[in-house]
Amino acid sequence: MWEYTDKVKDHFLHPRNVGEVEDADAVAEVGSIACGDALKLSFKLDENKRIKEVKFQTFGCASAIATSSALTEMVKGMTLEEAEKITNQDIANYLGGLPQEKMHCSVMGREALEKAIDVYKGRAPKTVEGNIVCDCFGVTDIEIERAIRENNLATLEDVTNFTKAGGGCGNCHGAIQEIIDRVRAELSGKPAAKPKLSNIQKIRMIEETIEREIRPALKHDGGNIELIDVVGNRVLVATRGACASCQASNQTLKHFVEAKLKELVWPELTVEEVSQ
Amino acid sequence: MKTIYLDNNATTQVALEVLEAMLPYFHDLYGNPSSMHSFGGQVGRKIREARESAAALIGAAPDEVIFTSCGTESDNAAIRSALLTQPEKRHIVTSRVEHPAIKALCAHLAEQGYRVTELPVDGEGRLDMEQYKRSLTPDTAIVSLMWANNETGVIFPIEAAAQLARARGILFHTDAVQAVGKIPIDMSKSAVSMLSISGHKLHAPKGVGVLYVRKGTRFSPFLIGGHQERSRRGGTENTPGIIGLGKACELAAQHMETENTKVKALRDRLENELLTRVPNSRVNGDRVNRLPNTSNISFEFVEGEGILLMMDEYGICASSGSACTSGSLQPSHVLRAMGVPFTMAHGSIRFSLSIYNTDEEVDFVIDKLPPIIETLRSMSPYWRTGERACGTA
Ligand code: FES
Repeated sequence: MWEYTDKVKDHFLHPRNVGEVEDADAVAEVGSIACGDALKLSFKLDENKRIKEVKFQTFGCASAIATSSALTEMVKGMTLEEAEKITNQDIANYLGGLPQEKMHCSVMGREALEKAIDVYKGRAPKTVEGNIVCDCFGVTDIEIERAIRENNLATLEDVTNFTKAGGGCGNCHGAIQEIIDRVRAELSGKPAAKPKLSNIQKIRMIEETIEREIRPALKHDGGNIELIDVVGNRVLVATRGACASCQASNQTLKHFVEAKLKELVWPELTVEEVSQ
Repeated sequence: MKTIYLDNNATTQVALEVLEAMLPYFHDLYGNPSSMHSFGGQVGRKIREARESAAALIGAAPDEVIFTSCGTESDNAAIRSALLTQPEKRHIVTSRVEHPAIKALCAHLAEQGYRVTELPVDGEGRLDMEQYKRSLTPDTAIVSLMWANNETGVIFPIEAAAQLARARGILFHTDAVQAVGKIPIDMSKSAVSMLSISGHKLHAPKGVGVLYVRKGTRFSPFLIGGHQERSRRGGTENTPGIIGLGKACELAAQHMETENTKVKALRDRLENELLTRVPNSRVNGDRVNRLPNTSNISFEFVEGEGILLMMDEYGICASSGSACTSGSLQPSHVLRAMGVPFTMAHGSIRFSLSIYNTDEEVDFVIDKLPPIIETLRSMSPYWRTGERACGTA
């Protein structure tokens, strides 16, 4: 069973803005039934060029319906310029996060919005550019590259979670890996812009990073660490075992723990020790 | 909220009689059945009884029954033994709709250089027996075909297939975890060489299974260790599990009739009512040669996960072959092998009943499900417009 947040469940069980806007200013559709999900979005602007009415129709899993519903709530009242800035991560954040395997639903939401805006502005939709890399799900190299850049993806599995590319027969795995390698190489030149994090996500990522990257290393030396609280960008921790009595513990905190958290979670984090 | 459990092909409730039979063997009668003392010996006797009950259910002799830890272990043990005892043969025949225990194992063996033929099925999930016959070669070490399909309930003509294999000197294994206890199976009149059973599919607990191995079949153990199971499966016996399985087999023999009358009638009513109340719905799989408890229905233009979650709000448990629920991004391999169109495959729901289901429960589902489908369809861009090709539309 998927672990959905209450917000996802709420938007799935009580979706907002279902249907089609009459006399819409723009209508766009992405996805297909063969691919397993599809979203049709329509909107109408008011005299100030703000989105007055927006509706969706979605075929897909619960999270696809929930992200569509969330998206319509988010863009209502926005100008197209504001709406255009919404990233798939914003949609996921609005819902309190999505399971990794379902991130492609948020990408589909962003794509539909973008396509509808393109339609309104009479621009060629971005999604049709590029060459299809994954035939099973009709995903282009441009879409894959974009997902990697915007979400800082590193593995084939990530790319499949976000775009579905590679989730079928597997013939395209080599080609996707090549794109990942190329884009990662480019990204390592200039640090990737990290997506904005909600507080909950930040705490979760800190916890995960401690669990996966930090605790095993400390345990190796007979120490341990516990997350006490996160206040803004201040990470409050308590050290245990060998760390607690160790002279070098401050060094460890700054040079190892903080560095890891800055690198893997958020560049502005600082680590402080509290006695508990 | 009351749970309405219609997911018995996934797992079943341990029967109360089974639980009672098992309980003494955790804390009080914890002896090792291999021990010399009578404290252990009494457990050994109970295991002997369990073996007799399991054998009786499938018309086998007790010493043809090997207790294992699950259906997957039984499947692995059978196929690997066939390959190890006939090293000169390098070919395996199976089908496209097998359980992952066989499917993934065969894919793994193919990587190691074995030749694997995966027989296709038709739109109803049936085998083409002529094609099957042609697939059997002097190089074929083993055929492994499931007796009944876990997703659709479709029953393969196992006896006929086994006879064709035996006539050519080829071993025949069947994964019968869904069939045992639901349809009559008699190994004394059969050409099947090996057969897998899983305890938790027939109201015994999880963690116990059986591999039937016909007398005279050369066997190479999967787990090598002590003398348990006459050295064909090392490892201290899961005594409560085995005793529970024995009891469950006894009960299954008694309930076979009920499965094919009461359970079948409930299933048929559920299926027929849903088909009439929900437009654009259909049954997946051969409705004639099918387990009495299983119904796989597709509701066009909606996605299975949404259906399951909305049913979950009412406490109704079932499963789906949709992409969202399969843990991959594609619908179930069984429905794809049957060529079920995407519009249908994504909206497939499997109901699997047991003797514990009631008329009231079926009424409840018949009442609650059609509006769920209607709600989801009202959100779907395809309801009324029809299908589209893959890729960006
Ligand atoms: S082509 Fe990408 S998974 Fe099949």
